[in-house]
Formats: sequence, C-alpha cells, structure tokens
Amino acid sequence: MTHADPTFDTRAHYMALMARKRLYGGLVLAVFVALMASGFMLADERNAGGFWRGLPHVFDFPADVIADTAPKLDQLPGHLLTYFPALVETINIAAVSTLIGAALAMVLSLLSTRGLARWPRLIPLFRRTMDIMRAVPEIVIALVLIFILGGGPVPAMIAIAFHTAGALGKLFSEVNENADLKPVEGLQSVGATWFQRMWLGVVPQVSPNYFSYALLRFEINIRASAILGFVGAGGIGYELKNAMSWGQGKFDEAAAIFILLFATIVVFDQLSSHIRNAMIAKKGGH
Amino acid sequence: MADAALYASADRLFARKRLISFGLPALVLVYLAYVFFAFDIPGLAERARMDNARVLVSDAWSYKTHVTQDNRSGELTVAIEGERKGTYAPGTEPDWVTPDAAGTRVDLGEGHVVVFDPAGGFRYDVPGFGLIVAHLDGRNVTSNLPEEVPDWISASRTRLQVHTEAGRVSLTRNKTELFRYFPGWELFFFTLESPYHGHGLSEILFGDRLDLARSNLAGAWHDFWQNNMWRHADVAWALFETILMAFLGTFGAAIVALPLAFLSAKNFAPLVALRFATRRVFDFLRGVDGLIWTIVLSRAFGPGPLTGSLAILLTDTGTFGKLFSEALENVDGKQIEGVSSTGAKPLQRYRFGVIPQITPVLISQLFYYLESNTRSATIIGAITGGGIGLLLTQAMITQKDWEEVSYYIVLVVLMVMAMDSLSGWLRRKLISGA
Repeated sequence: MTHADPTFDTRAHYMALMARKRLYGGLVLAVFVALMASGFMLADERNAGGFWRGLPHVFDFPADVIADTAPKLDQLPGHLLTYFPALVETINIAAVSTLIGAALAMVLSLLSTRGLARWPRLIPLFRRTMDIMRAVPEIVIALVLIFILGGGPVPAMIAIAFHTAGALGKLFSEVNENADLKPVEGLQSVGATWFQRMWLGVVPQVSPNYFSYALLRFEINIRASAILGFVGAGGIGYELKNAMSWGQGKFDEAAAIFILLFATIVVFDQLSSHIRNAMIAKKGGH
Repeated sequence: MADAALYASADRLFARKRLISFGLPALVLVYLAYVFFAFDIPGLAERARMDNARVLVSDAWSYKTHVTQDNRSGELTVAIEGERKGTYAPGTEPDWVTPDAAGTRVDLGEGHVVVFDPAGGFRYDVPGFGLIVAHLDGRNVTSNLPEEVPDWISASRTRLQVHTEAGRVSLTRNKTELFRYFPGWELFFFTLESPYHGHGLSEILFGDRLDLARSNLAGAWHDFWQNNMWRHADVAWALFETILMAFLGTFGAAIVALPLAFLSAKNFAPLVALRFATRRVFDFLRGVDGLIWTIVLSRAFGPGPLTGSLAILLTDTGTFGKLFSEALENVDGKQIEGVSSTGAKPLQRYRFGVIPQITPVLISQLFYYLESNTRSATIIGAITGGGIGLLLTQAMITQKDWEEVSYYIVLVVLMVMAMDSLSGWLRRKLISGA
C-alpha cells in the first residue's frame, strides 16, 4: 500500500517517472537523429556525385528540358498525340493487372480468412503465399519475363498482377474478418456450396471495401507500370527511356511524355479519391 | 393494389440487380477481350523464347563444368561455368576428368564415357545408342553418324553437338568442348583457390587446421565473405544500401512533411492562400512520381544510393503531407482546449494537445511506407544504379548468371519480408508504448 505510506511522495514519484519517460524519449530521438545523419553521410559518400556538389545542379535537367521545348512549343501537341497510344498502353497494363490481381486476391483472401476458408488447415499456406507474392518487387518478375517473353506489355502485366494479388489479398482478408457470418450460415443451412456461400453471402457485404482498395491499387499500379516500361516493358516508360537516350537538344519529346505522365497520375489520383469519398458519403447517408 | 405496387418495385429492384450482376462482368469481359488483342497475346506464343526459359530454369538450380580442349594447341582447361575464376589448376582436376596426352578421358557417369582426340575430336560411347566417333578433317567435322540423326544430335559440316542427359559434347574446328551438369549453386561457399573448398562444416569447425596461417573459423569466414564469384560481402552491402535508401527516404520525407502538413490542414493553416499553395506542392510532388524524380535527380547527383533516397523522399513528402494533414484535420479539439485551459503556449498546445493524437496514425503510416519503400528502393536502384536492384539488373544483362539472379531474387524477397515483420513489430511496440 504505497499510497497510504506517509513517506511516499506522489509528486516526486510522478516527476521521476516523467523524467525517465522523457529520458527514454530523448534517447530514442538521439539514436534516430544519429542514424539519419550517419545514414545520409554514408549514402552521400557512396554516391557518384556528392550532395553539396550536386545541389546547385538539381534544376539543370529541368532547365535543359524547358530550353529544348520552348523553341519547339508548336510541336508539343503533336508529340502529345504521338505518345498518347503508349500512355493508353500503360493505363491498360495497370487496369488489367489490377483486375486480375484483385480477382486472385479475392480467392486467396477468402481461402485464408478464419471462419470462411474452404480448407481451414491450409490457411497458413495461403497466408505465406500472399506474403511472398507481396514481397516480390514487380521489377524482378518483369525482368525475368522480359527475358523469356520479349519486351512488351505482357511481362509488366503479369508482374504487377502478381504483386497486386498479394498486396490486395492481405487487405481483403482484413475486410473479410469483419464480414457478418449470418448470411453464410443461412446459406449453409440450405445446402449451398462453398463457392455459393462466398459469392452470395460474403462478397456482397465486402465488395464496396474491395472496390475502394482496388481503386487505390489501380492508382499505385499506374506508377508501377510506367516504371516497368523504363526497364523494357512497353508503354510510356519505354518511350521515355528512348526519348531520354537521344540526349541534350532533343528533350522536347521527353517533355511531352513528362506532361502526359504527370497529368495521368494527377487525374487518376483525383478521380479515385473523389469516387472513394463519394462512396463513403453514400454509406454514411444510409 | 398495394401488392401490385410492391411487385412492381420488387421487379424494378431485381431488374437493376440483374443488370449490375450481369452487366458488370460482361463489361469486364469485353475489356479483357480488347486487351487480349491490344497486347497481342495470340502472338505471344510465337515471340516467347522457350529455350531461354529452359536455360533460365536449368541454370537457376544447376551448374555446368566445362572441359575444353583447344584443338590447335591441345591445351586442356577444366572450368566451372567456363569462368576464369572457376578454373581448376592443372593437376587438380576433379576425379571424373583424367587428363592424358594420348586422349583425355571424361567419365560422365552412368556409363557415359568420352575420350578426347588430341588432334581434335572425340569418341563418345552413348549407352543404348552406340559409339560416336568424330574428328576433324581439315576444316570440316566428320563422324561415323548416318545422315539421319536423332534430335539430340545436331550435325553440320563445321560443327557437331551431342546432347545427352549426362552432358553435352561439341566439336568445332577450334575446340572440343564438354559440359557436365551438376545440381546446386557452384562454389557458393568457397572458390577453388580457397583451402576450405570441398570440406564440410564439421571438418572446418572441429577438424585440423586446413590453412596453417589462420584458424579455421576466421579463415573460412574470410574466404566465404571474399568469395570472388558470389561476392557475398558486396551483396550484403547492396542489401544494406537498399534498406538505407528506404530508411532515409521514408523518415526524411516524414520530417519534411510534418511541419508542412500543419500549414495545409484546414484547422491549423494560418492562411488560406498558404494552405492552398502547400496542397498544390504535395500534389505536384506526388504527381511527378518516383520515376521522373529519379531521372531528374540522377542528372544532378549521379548514380548511387543518395539519389535513390532523395527520389523516395520527394515522392513521399507529397504522400505524407496529404496523409498527415488529413490526420490533423481529424484531431479532437477537446484535448487542445484542455491543454490551452492550463495556460499552454501555442507550441505546447501542439506538443501536448495535437502530437499525441496523431502519433499512432503517423507511426503506422510511416512503417507501412518503410516496408513498401524497401521494394521501391529495389526498383529505383535498378534505374539509378544502387543497391541490390543494380546487382540484379547487372546479373540479368549477362543473360547467363541465372543462378546469381535467383540468389538475388531470394535475397530481395527475404529482405522485404524481414522489413515487413520488423516494421510491423516496431509499429506495435511504438503504438502500444506511446
């Protein structure tokens, strides 16, 4: 009974506790700052050009691009039109891989949710599978598939779909955990198969959340498909790499691609957050 | 009457449901069909290089030892993967190769025996097929084979190749060459010049000193770490560099984004114009995307991990700015009021009224992005030249070191999974501790 103890000073005890807490907080902060500083110095040292030497040149490349584009501004709409099909390809890669990835993720997540799984014993297996799929960076699969299938949109599509299945699968299975089991039990009592129970009992409940996550993924996948283009899969990234390799004096085409890419990302970013907000508002209204 | 109205509304509802449940999948199918042709998937089978796939798969889990005889000088080399670094010194050839000036004898196992002809050529006794004798005749290759040969033999005027399940022998004017395949990754632990090559773990740990100058453990570790074929030290460094990029980028972005988020949150922004401006900055940073930032920055800073971390930092400043300002807009005003009722100054209000509310959101977002940025750092490293991404693309470009590629892939996956568990653990630790 420390509190009844007349010699126990609550205030001093509290202050000591606070001091210790502050000390720990300070220590964590100090370690963090030291890590950041030494990490930065290390990265600086390993880089080909130093940070302070490079800093004044940050705007050199954008300036070059603008300098190359400004005199040929009249050609810019033409370039935009030229590269539009490549942009469509990039968006298609993202859309198809999101669709396929989400379909796979749906199956995987249902198979790995407790209470819904077709084979409860295999839940850990499906979970590990999703973990591994999620951990594989898209570029790894894309590069291997480019070696086998040749350049083009298909390697990028498969690579992104693979990663998407893992990433969405985890999010979907979190959604599934909150699904109401009553419809599933009801369907089971009338002899529905596993597929029917899932399709009719679970999916209608969770599809709005699935959709919103998939939309977010689509946005991420557009960026990913542009990057994969840069390493050899098709689309706008590939065109960007080519435009970059023509070197100084010819950056006007690169400028057109930059504009297209930037506009696409911003448009889809706004569109998806608009749709998601509208869905939340609709849900709240009911 | 009421019933009729009810039926009608139920019918409408069903019609709508039917439209959605059939129309949506139909739409998706139409889109997939369009993509099927837009991506030229029917032509894929033609373009696919299945031989590349076979090389890749067999190389990923097995290796080959080359036994090569120079037909002009008669010189014999035995080398793993034909690399200089994996060449056996004369006199130390593996026991299945018997060098002999009158004709080197190579035992491929399971009855397959090849004897080289010192003048160029070979005798290969293929079990179940018979003896193949081939030799050089001036510029041409002649053999005892009939016109019609099975598909595992390819013969032309200047080249003969026999490919059995035990190995592959080929004869050209310049050289007689034999490949024998072994499962596993060659010389993964020690290269041939290391005294520890061919010794087991227990022998190294508990056996006699293999190299008198060094203790077994220290020597073995040194030779493993400095293995010049697999370069374990460089690979470990590259992994570290990738994690460093993700760490610097993520936390650097958080440090930059937090004060800016206050400027752009509705309930904290001092000026509407400033709020609008910061928002547009966030949108711009996010919209330009890591790819373009990487290109722009690598022009200024050159290739390396710093460029990669700065690219991640810039992109994520935009993302974090948006996320943090949303979190700030959702803070509960009551706590701030409570703190200010005790006479707290503005800075103290932020410190004790706001920060504790947003830390859990902040930390969980930060660690989620740390994991995802480890993956991005691999990709950015491949473009800007740093970390494991660079090693991966370099190994891919050679198109023959597939065992190294698969090694790197395994390492990358393990690295991302480790970062995933580490960040999950830290997130739980810090949030429950806060």
